[in-house]
Amino acid sequence: MRPLAYARVSTVEEAVETVTAAPGSAFLAGGTTEVDLIRLGIARPGLLVDINDLPLTGVEDLPGGGLLIGALARMSDVARAPEVAGRYPGVSRALLLGASQQLRNMASMGGNLCQRVRCAYFRDGLSPCNKREPGTGCSALDGLNRGHAILGTSEHCIATHPSDVAVALAAFDAVVRTSGPGGARRIPIDDFYLLPGDTPERENPLAHGELITAIELPPAGIARRSIYLKFRDRESYEFALVSVCAALSVRDGIVAEARLALGGVGTKPWRARHAEARLTGAPATAESYAAAAAAELAGAAVRRHNAFKVELARRAIVRGLTLAARGGAR
Amino acid sequence: MGIDLSAEAAPRRRTTVRGPSDEPVVLTVNGTEHAVNLEPRVSLLDALRDRLALTGSKKGCDQGTCGACTVWVDGRRVLACLTLAITCEGRQVTTIEGLTTDGELHPMQRAFIEHDAFQCGYCTPGQIMSAVALIEEGNAGTDQDIAEFMSGNLCRCAAYPGIRAAIRDVRDARAPEPGATGDGG
Repeated sequence: MRPLAYARVSTVEEAVETVTAAPGSAFLAGGTTEVDLIRLGIARPGLLVDINDLPLTGVEDLPGGGLLIGALARMSDVARAPEVAGRYPGVSRALLLGASQQLRNMASMGGNLCQRVRCAYFRDGLSPCNKREPGTGCSALDGLNRGHAILGTSEHCIATHPSDVAVALAAFDAVVRTSGPGGARRIPIDDFYLLPGDTPERENPLAHGELITAIELPPAGIARRSIYLKFRDRESYEFALVSVCAALSVRDGIVAEARLALGGVGTKPWRARHAEARLTGAPATAESYAAAAAAELAGAAVRRHNAFKVELARRAIVRGLTLAARGGAR
Repeated sequence: MGIDLSAEAAPRRRTTVRGPSDEPVVLTVNGTEHAVNLEPRVSLLDALRDRLALTGSKKGCDQGTCGACTVWVDGRRVLACLTLAITCEGRQVTTIEGLTTDGELHPMQRAFIEHDAFQCGYCTPGQIMSAVALIEEGNAGTDQDIAEFMSGNLCRCAAYPGIRAAIRDVRDARAPEPGATGDGG
């Protein structure tokens, strides 16, 4: 592991100033991604700025029933916060189905949003990888790509975004609040995640020294009956092959409003807007759900080992919407 | 708690940058303060094992996958391999060596022995630190909960049935008698 300098800061202002002033520096929150990637030699900060003392750990009410989740709130605490479990059960469930309890106790919400991909070619430090070393190529295109994305891919990168909770946050139009050298801003989560395109090394619009301070969840009555399903190679402590966050509002057998987002299949947490458009106004039936799934997956680009994800995602969407129409429960 | 963006929350101070060479660091482990010199890159796991000779916490994967290094920081179970030691200044670290009281094994340690909840024993300290925390968290209600909330501790010998039995025993020994009332508060 490369040598590191270390500083512990106590305010947001000090954190932003310290990282902004040192080009080779990075924030350190839970460290579950950062320390791992430093040890692997993938991340190479010369200075870690420890932000764990910043007062950003709360979960607070927003006017109208929304929530403000502090960027340093830990996954395990947010998952069991009554406001989150009660108003956004899909968010709570997504958190609980991610990682292990030890990691959830460490990992912050802001850090979760910034976690790097699990692509083996990115992590091995050796293979050509446009995300790690732009211009070297993508080893996953014709490599072992069973876990890779089928939506939002490019010829330069097909790595799947690994976060569960970001999928649920995408379903409910979360907004990422930041403070940076240029001041504060609010970034809708769909804009926070960038498609790989021809710049896969750039995953979000954060400037150097810009710190996530909180995540806003806007009021959403529909979220009270949201569900999160996760399908993976083992029952626990594994990344998703496909995951679904869904919420439906059904009146007189007709879908009045739908929220649907997918994990495990996209290069970013995938808000399924094509499917939502198909669902709105359609009968709340398995046929409608299948048609919505087909609409979303029509744009899927599969590779040698991940074609199964299209059918798996189709079934997961239908099951997720069916459960959501029944009023959630899990 | 809360979310406070104001700079007034703490008086502005000059940020101290430490390292990358050795820095004096005070670690509080099992209630005892230890003054050590270490580089900021040293993990809590390496500091415990190599500097403080507390070798109960085990290094399995060193990448946050296996759970053998599970310890508590400020009472919460975390992975010592992904924690930098220097970040633990001012925090309370508890390791498997801190579970015994006056030489008496913790009930979870006794239960692991009674249920033969290990073969090689390498994952056991991490399993036990996780298991005690699991019950404190209130996540040991059902076998399904136990399996889910212990999934971060891998056992290559597959002693899982014994581990779950040990956890059930300790959980049930702590539970109030059936029909018992609460504290009235």
